[in-house]
Amino acid sequence: METVIAYLPAIFASTGITLMLFITAALIGATGGLAIAVAHTAHPLLRIPARLIVSVIQGTPTLLQLFVVHYGLAILGLRLPPLISAVVALAIFASGFLGEIWRGAMEAVPRTQWDASRSLGFGRLHAMVLLVGPQALWIALPATVGFLVSLLKTTSLASIIGIVDLTKTGTMVANLSFEPMLVYGIVAAIYFALCWPLSLLSRRLERLQHGAR
Amino acid sequence: MNVSLQFFHVWPFLGDLAEGAWLTILLTVNAAGAGLVIAALGAFAILSNVTPTAWIARSYVEAVRNTPFLVQLFFIYFSLPQIGLRLSANEAAVITMVINFSGYTIEILRGGIQAIPIPQWEAGRSIGFSPGQIFLRIILPQAIRNTYSSLTSQFCLLLLGSSVVSAISANDLTAMANYIQSLNFRSFEVYIVTAGIYLVIVAVFKVVFALIWRLFFARWA
Repeated sequence: METVIAYLPAIFASTGITLMLFITAALIGATGGLAIAVAHTAHPLLRIPARLIVSVIQGTPTLLQLFVVHYGLAILGLRLPPLISAVVALAIFASGFLGEIWRGAMEAVPRTQWDASRSLGFGRLHAMVLLVGPQALWIALPATVGFLVSLLKTTSLASIIGIVDLTKTGTMVANLSFEPMLVYGIVAAIYFALCWPLSLLSRRLERLQHGAR
Repeated sequence: MNVSLQFFHVWPFLGDLAEGAWLTILLTVNAAGAGLVIAALGAFAILSNVTPTAWIARSYVEAVRNTPFLVQLFFIYFSLPQIGLRLSANEAAVITMVINFSGYTIEILRGGIQAIPIPQWEAGRSIGFSPGQIFLRIILPQAIRNTYSSLTSQFCLLLLGSSVVSAISANDLTAMANYIQSLNFRSFEVYIVTAGIYLVIVAVFKVVFALIWRLFFARWA
């Protein structure tokens, strides 16, 4: 018990690493996801690689993607520090899922909106940025926030390649104190405290859009 | 940078990879089966208007959905021995997968059950079914049918997520890949082939699910 209390500050400090991983991966992943979603609507020839990328990202385990980036690329001569590997792998994971969410949202905007903007003299780019984009963003918001929860949870995989994030710190303190139940309970509670508000927000947004179910 | 891919180093280990793949499939199918039963109970508990059970089921769902699978796995594997329950890595893996899968499917099934019109319950009552019978024979099959695509994609997520159990030395496909690359030092090739195997497994399951849909559900009006 004393050991666990003594290491509580370390556990809280490592939450910062988890949040840092989450925020960088979310930002880079959002850029990638946007590129995938736009590629889908922009040109039929771009649709094939976009779809291929998404199905590979969604069809293989995230942990394996992390291993390919961290251990696989090292064998090929590109030796990345664990932190970079983790951010890259998590960003790849995020861009695949966000790309798919946003593609769906863009396709959910009625085609007549494109026609209407054409008839008002908007170009494709203007129509996308000023008319279809904002509507798609609103449609995609609940699923996007929901995905952020899963991205935040997925950052825990970074502990497997040796990043001292919340999960890894939990493992170390559990090993030191011989109180795994208490320590993993605390770690789970911290993840819960971070994820739950996002989950609630996602559900509230969904209800706002579709009415109470 | 001198890159040369040497996939031939992987071929001697294909048998091991197949073994790992089989365990991944076994873990996932078992966990999904047990998870679905628990999910049906949980959804029933949430909708049954009995406050304490509904509250417990709801907390279970929130706790599972808002904590990482890896932490759940560590909790089960490392802290249950503290209360005298010593589990093998594979047992801990399948238990965690059951918990994780049921946490998500309770929500899916609950939505599916709520979407079924109340008169279906009343119709069941009028022909003399007990509430349990109505739930099992009238409501649940329809709820599964209505949420079939969500359930099957949750299954695929479970299958892919199961690679995380390699972290506690369960011997699934990813653990096998780790083992092989520690022997032949060709991590890139090994992991790429392994990722390909996951892709194929998921694709095969999608075909199987489509067939099940055709055989059992598509004929219903």
